[in-house]
Amino acid sequence: MSDLQQFRAETRQWLEENCPADMRDGKLSEDTSCWGGRKWEFTSEGQRLWLERMGARGWTVPTWPSEYGGGGLSKEEAAVLKQEMKAIGARKPHDNFGITMLGPALLKFGSEAQKKEHLPKVARGEIRWCQGYSEPNAGSDLASLRTKAEDAGDHYVVTGQKIWTSYADKADWIFCLVRTDSEAPKHKGISFVLFDMESEGVSTKPIKLISGSSPFCETFFDGVSVPKANLVYEENKGWDVAKYLLTHEREMIGSLFGGMSEGRSLGELAVKAIGTNPLGQLDDPLLRAKLIETEIDSLAFGALLQSVSDRAKGGESLGAVSSVLKYYGTELNKRRHELKMEIGGSDEMEMTDNNNDGQAARDWLRTKGNSIEGGTSEVQLQIIAKHILQMPNA
Amino acid sequence: MPLVLTEDQEMLRESAAGFLKDEAPVSALRELRDSGSEDGFSRELWAKMAAMGWAGILVPEEYGGADFGMVGAGVVAEEMGKQLTATPYLSSAIMAATALNALGSQAQKEQHLTKIAAGEELFAIAHDERGKHSTLGVALKAERMGNGFRLNGAKTFVADGHVADQIIVSARTSGEPGEANGITLFLVDSGTDGLKIEKTAMVDSRNAARIDFNNAEVTADAVLGEIDLGADGLEKILNAGRAGLAAEMAGSAAQAFGMTLSYINERKQFGVAVGSFQTLQHRSAHLYTEIEICKALTLKALQSLDEGAEDAAKLVALAKAKATKVSLLAAQEGVQMHGGMGMTDEFDIGLYLKRAKVAGELLGDSSYHGNRLAEMLGY
Repeated sequence: MSDLQQFRAETRQWLEENCPADMRDGKLSEDTSCWGGRKWEFTSEGQRLWLERMGARGWTVPTWPSEYGGGGLSKEEAAVLKQEMKAIGARKPHDNFGITMLGPALLKFGSEAQKKEHLPKVARGEIRWCQGYSEPNAGSDLASLRTKAEDAGDHYVVTGQKIWTSYADKADWIFCLVRTDSEAPKHKGISFVLFDMESEGVSTKPIKLISGSSPFCETFFDGVSVPKANLVYEENKGWDVAKYLLTHEREMIGSLFGGMSEGRSLGELAVKAIGTNPLGQLDDPLLRAKLIETEIDSLAFGALLQSVSDRAKGGESLGAVSSVLKYYGTELNKRRHELKMEIGGSDEMEMTDNNNDGQAARDWLRTKGNSIEGGTSEVQLQIIAKHILQMPNA
Repeated sequence: MPLVLTEDQEMLRESAAGFLKDEAPVSALRELRDSGSEDGFSRELWAKMAAMGWAGILVPEEYGGADFGMVGAGVVAEEMGKQLTATPYLSSAIMAATALNALGSQAQKEQHLTKIAAGEELFAIAHDERGKHSTLGVALKAERMGNGFRLNGAKTFVADGHVADQIIVSARTSGEPGEANGITLFLVDSGTDGLKIEKTAMVDSRNAARIDFNNAEVTADAVLGEIDLGADGLEKILNAGRAGLAAEMAGSAAQAFGMTLSYINERKQFGVAVGSFQTLQHRSAHLYTEIEICKALTLKALQSLDEGAEDAAKLVALAKAKATKVSLLAAQEGVQMHGGMGMTDEFDIGLYLKRAKVAGELLGDSSYHGNRLAEMLGY
């Protein structure tokens, strides 16, 4: 038996013994996620046990080095783990912006002390992170951010406002872009700092979206004291960290929406809602044509995701390709939800209890943000034009 | 299987790219067109390609082929697409070789595969009967007559039909057009009595043919595969062609886009390169994204054919539909972004537009394959 086969056999057995029954329903939506952190209330004992057990093995972050609380697995082993989890319908034990965003940035740019301090807590789900990037006047033009961090000897004093901070009201710590040099060109005066959301001077206010939900907050900093030990990488070089992290975020968003063809296809939904003609085709030829156009693009996009992922495994660096994925994946997701609403018609516009509180309509509204958050589609196109196609500056 | 080329396939790509750039660039297509070439391709060049193993790219080694599989065949097709190289590659090396590999009797294989690999015998697939492609829309009649068959009907849009030595013909031995049952494939010598082959110059400067079958008589040996049960084999041949053509179109799209990008980055108006305008940058970035998707999908379809994957037919339909749309988009945007120059015969971009249109129609356009896909997906 090869090492990998052995690993698969052991993994299968461990999962069989340790994955609680109620964590095997194959659900992967935002509602069933376990976000962890100091304020988290577990939805079941199974959810608590699952996070604890996976966290103890570092399998919440399988490829991170074990000295930082990770599983220390190779990419191949991590792929086996994923397959075995999928085979039993295991939920993800833990979601955290610390896993998808901060972790990769700290592994690349963090000091040894920062990695030892923060990464294991992410792995075990003890600290939930949020991201302090956008500001009211720094959206697409992120680098013009104005939240300032003044040097006060052994610490900074942070004052300013962030916006679109995902789950700031539920997070324990924030990774945040601040201006440490207001004289320098805008990209060169930014630093990347970490601090506790319970620090004095931090307050949050949820923003109600058109979908009715409030996943984002306005976040205010009024003279927050941040120890200099919490500066990641060098002072005024935070933009390098920010860009690296955004690459990960965009790739994640793109892949997420590319992989969303799980469950029923649009065609199946439409046949159920509208019925078929005597030829067995959807009884609405124009809608059928629209559906197939979108389904072609969705399935085709799946091939690009696979190609990018396989190339990354081969050691190719992604860089601006993440913008390709983010752009196309989010635009596709908007198209899919427009069509879902068109399929359902007025039924899906009822915001009533017996229509699941209008979930389809809420999801549709929520997707409008997909092509805005994490850099708008227009910003992604600009990145592709500049960094991949190397088109001239205006 | 990882969705990347193997080292061997990568080497094949490099050697194909180099050879085609030197020996068969776009200017070669212009020369064929302007000189009014009867064949529509260069026999000398085809012999060189055969020597490099391309004519036999799908032919087993025992018959002198390179046996590179569909991914290898697609790699070469993609490079040909970049240069708009006119050759009998799709008909002979991809579709006819697939037909004989899958359906040929021992005698048929021995008689033809070695000659295909050597580039000595040219094939055409005569299938379409009207301006729109249809897999099962076969009406051409084959009636039993003694030990053989008598063929009556007409085929159109037969790529390489005017130069073919052998023609693979889809015919109806029973049933009605639209039905799978009752289709039989025949291998017919192009010199057979009763065949009238009329060369049709197409808008992309390549040639095809209309072929009339007027009491053309063939022996029972001419049957390729089984009588009445030819639909599956036909589908195999067409799918190999569709995937190869998708690869060719992905190559053409990438090349048309590259040319356009160079042009708009150089061309100055209002004192600046027009490529510095955001409206062109965003359209270029979108087009780039579509082309990357098209390339990945095409490779996946080719791989699925080599693996004999269950979803191969679905992936091929997807790839042909997508490649048809993307190569047209690349050529249309290319002409527009070239401005007035894009309308001139002097610039190459127009040649890409014409090829995109014809290749898009060949073996089914995006509506045709989209429709099939919807049926495969249950709606």
